[in-house]
Amino acid sequence: MTSPTKTNTTVESDERVASLLLAEYETPDGCADAAAKLRDAGYTKFDAHTPYPVHGMDAAMGMRDTPIGWIVLAMGMTGCLAGFLMMFWMNGIDYPLVIGGKPPDAIPSMVPVMFEMTILLSAFGAVFGLFGLCQLPRHHHPIFNSDRFARATDDHFFISVDASDPKFDLKKTRLLLEGTTPAHLELVEEYAS
Amino acid sequence: MSEAHFTPVEEELAHGAESPIEYLGERNLLPPTMTMRQLTETVCAPTELKTPKAWWIGFGIALMGAGILGASVSWLLFKGVGVWGNNSPVSWAWDITNFVWWIGIGHAGTLISAILFLFRQKWRTSINRFAEAMTIFAVMCAGIYPGLHTGRPWFDYYMFPVPNSMVLWPQFKSPLMWDIFAVSTYFTVSALFWYVGLIPDLATLRDRSTGDTLPRKVRRFAYGFFSLGWRGSNRHWQHYERAYMILAGLSTPLVLSVHSIVSFDFATSVEPGWHTTIFPPYFVAGAVFSGFAMVLTLMLVCRSVFDMKDVVTMKHLELMNKIMLTTGSLVGYAYAMEFFVAYYSGNQYERYVFLNRAIGPYAWAYWSMIACNVIFPQVFWWKRMRTSIPVMFVISILINIGMWFERFVIIVTTLHRDYLPAVWGMYSPTIWDMGVYIGTFGFFFTCFLLFLRWLPMIALAEVKATLPNAHPRKSHAADHADDHGHDTNLAEEPTALPAE
Repeated sequence: MTSPTKTNTTVESDERVASLLLAEYETPDGCADAAAKLRDAGYTKFDAHTPYPVHGMDAAMGMRDTPIGWIVLAMGMTGCLAGFLMMFWMNGIDYPLVIGGKPPDAIPSMVPVMFEMTILLSAFGAVFGLFGLCQLPRHHHPIFNSDRFARATDDHFFISVDASDPKFDLKKTRLLLEGTTPAHLELVEEYAS
Repeated sequence: MSEAHFTPVEEELAHGAESPIEYLGERNLLPPTMTMRQLTETVCAPTELKTPKAWWIGFGIALMGAGILGASVSWLLFKGVGVWGNNSPVSWAWDITNFVWWIGIGHAGTLISAILFLFRQKWRTSINRFAEAMTIFAVMCAGIYPGLHTGRPWFDYYMFPVPNSMVLWPQFKSPLMWDIFAVSTYFTVSALFWYVGLIPDLATLRDRSTGDTLPRKVRRFAYGFFSLGWRGSNRHWQHYERAYMILAGLSTPLVLSVHSIVSFDFATSVEPGWHTTIFPPYFVAGAVFSGFAMVLTLMLVCRSVFDMKDVVTMKHLELMNKIMLTTGSLVGYAYAMEFFVAYYSGNQYERYVFLNRAIGPYAWAYWSMIACNVIFPQVFWWKRMRTSIPVMFVISILINIGMWFERFVIIVTTLHRDYLPAVWGMYSPTIWDMGVYIGTFGFFFTCFLLFLRWLPMIALAEVKATLPNAHPRKSHAADHADDHGHDTNLAEEPTALPAE
């Protein structure tokens, strides 16, 4: 456990290290402007935290497109093929039965189940692919050490710059963020493990 | 920020109190003064304030209904499926009627959450969570019937492709097997879709659950656990939005396939009145029709009990009534076309079945169906009727009754008199048929009331995204990166329309 919360008093060491700089904005415009500034200054490990997906933020942060569609495509094709092979093997090879005078491995009657299997596995791909790409569940992120951060799921917009960013510098980054006129700016710390 | 450099579009956006959706020809759905904080408060209130007395009364009644379900099912398991009124020739009866009815109810949820999402119908955001919950509970109710209908539910696992003691596999040429796959896929995908939509809102509830009392701690733990540590990260939102769109895209053909496959249960047989190609679209239209009616019935009660009139406005209700008018007319067209095709086919059995529906011993059911589904909804042509709460409440209930009769008419009137007059018969339900039906209502409302009390019934994050000023006015695209050195000067920004 690298980052117990602030209220946790049972840690071995009480030495704290800077984890991230957190800037708070009241409007999505302010937040997007700050994101664009960080992007242009060459930061890579920063993030925006918003109550809902703010359009244009991906471009402002200079993010690449999400690969989730490819995961879904692969899963969907797997589902379709798995459905076909399942029915082909069960009804056509392992225990062939003649039903309605049709060949045991007749393909047309397999279409509905192949379709449903495609949808089912695609949906698994979308949901579990989402969790995988977002690395969720993760309940212990240091950003939760900020008391003000609760408003990120309510009505405020946040920018966090991770201390592990190669360009991160306590003074310079702070100065840069101050230049974006945030409503509040704080350094979020976590306990060193 | 100098306004002189606004383009006409931006000018309108900056000065009008309304959002981009106004510009695109849609009206703002929520009061323009609504802030995000107010929205959060309104939506979270039912889960945080003291439970209203009406909730307890409703929950008590629903729980009694669920008890009736338990008793009826127990008796059926104890005595056998003969406690129902099903007989030969009417071997499918109330159970399959109720199965199709409940599945149909569920379809409106998927329609609202998926199809209207793909069509960018923003008004759906106020009702989609609610309708999706209804879908899940309705499909749960639906699943009970075919499971019990097998007669020996403890052998139901034979329907799944698992190795069993007789080394037999399921027979995949049977539409009943397709149905198993369709309905279980439908349930799974609906539940996942619903849960993905809930994650950001559960995080909101988690973040509002401050305090050190035990109930607050339990709340914080439960909402925290299920919100997976969501932190509104834009790097997550990007995947999230795409995944959500893909799920909507998957659910759309899925919902159409589910009721099509349900209709295959009938259409692939050679029974007169069932063996027809109109069934899949006819079933899907009917499902949407009844589902919207059910959403409306529940919505009208909830918005007055939980005071959600600012979030679910008359505009929403009116749009739903228009959809019901459309699908009701589609269903009416299907009824007429069935009759015409029976006549035009020249097949005496087809002709007889349809005449028998209209003037035979079950004519009362047929005409109840026509009155409830085709005639009464026509009042929605008048705006005064579309916007009258008592009228829409009564009509929505009538539609649900009518759609139940539709399934009853299709199933019972075909089976009770098909080819050989020697095996004609009649059907009437027993008290245990009624017990299971009333019981599924109890079960449905028990689940639904728990949902209303403990989960955000409005898709909060989605509604926030439709508020005016929810999105930045200017683009920050990377190819204009050098513009960003100097403050927020709109003059140097591309004059693209803000993303809707």
